[in-house]
Amino acid sequence: MHELSIAQDILDIVFTNVPPDDYEDVTKIKVKIGEISGVIPESLEFCFNAISAETQLSNAVLVIEKIPFILKCNSCDKTSTNEMGIRICPDCSGSDTTVISGTELEVTEVELKTHQEETA
Amino acid sequence: MSVITIERKVLEKNDEVAAQNRALLKKFDVYTINLVSSPGSGKTSILERTLIHFGRKLKISVIEGDVQTSLDAERVGKFDVPVVQIVTNGACHLEAKLVQDAFTKLDFTQTQLLFIENVGNLVCPAAYDLGEDMKVVIVSTTEGDDKPLKYPRMFMNASVLLINKIDLLPYVNCKIDQLRKNALQINPSLEIMEMSCTTGTGVDEWCRWLESKVRGKK
Repeated sequence: MHELSIAQDILDIVFTNVPPDDYEDVTKIKVKIGEISGVIPESLEFCFNAISAETQLSNAVLVIEKIPFILKCNSCDKTSTNEMGIRICPDCSGSDTTVISGTELEVTEVELKTHQEETA
Repeated sequence: MSVITIERKVLEKNDEVAAQNRALLKKFDVYTINLVSSPGSGKTSILERTLIHFGRKLKISVIEGDVQTSLDAERVGKFDVPVVQIVTNGACHLEAKLVQDAFTKLDFTQTQLLFIENVGNLVCPAAYDLGEDMKVVIVSTTEGDDKPLKYPRMFMNASVLLINKIDLLPYVNCKIDQLRKNALQINPSLEIMEMSCTTGTGVDEWCRWLESKVRGKK
């Protein structure tokens, strides 16, 4: 449900980090979404398309990389792709574990068409 | 075509404001709890019970977050404590900036314990740090025992689980041992307390725990 706020944050990050004078068009925005980040990729995509339409980023495609939930057990040292969110090691049942991935919510990369390409 | 690497957390702006909030609260020795749960679990009722218990013994302020209305602020305001209502107008969670704006209406020299009652929702508030000392998640027995498995992020980020409405256990399909087990599978270090706002069971234990946290912050 908060995907609309997240989409707005993504637009703001691109606007802040990529000066509009430096490009003709933004073609792709790459993001990482963890499996237990609480963000639904399809919903984020929908919200992004809705609010980017009226901006300079209207041609940008949101490319979502889904990151699996991975757990590392500090007792037996094994990593596992556990059942979503469960922090008990499936191998030794230990509860001293570290979440390696799955909570990500990041903008990683932006692909641009530059002015030079336009004139070339 | 050119590629620019950005590597930015989507919520970094919120996290920055949350850090400012946390620094301010620390400066004034205000212990802050972000109360989260689904709608109707009893966040406001627990606040009422807590305010009755402490009376004037502890200086408490409250920030209420709701999608609409100031009904909760009116309920809490009856106990003669400073309360600020944030109406999100449709937004499903509180953000650090909204809370920072609400701070301007509170006197932190007269506050030892601050409750931020979040919007009733087990999904979205989990992602937003407000600058609190801890999140306390509430689940009521009427919601069943599987909530931690369905909403893992919230239980992962919380430090305490309050199980409310335990007086209703004989009438609902909720096994409390299973609820505890499910919650600890998601977050093995979760502290769990049981409560009934109707009968008052568990209120003393909760308030004793709160007081130890407030006194311990300094």
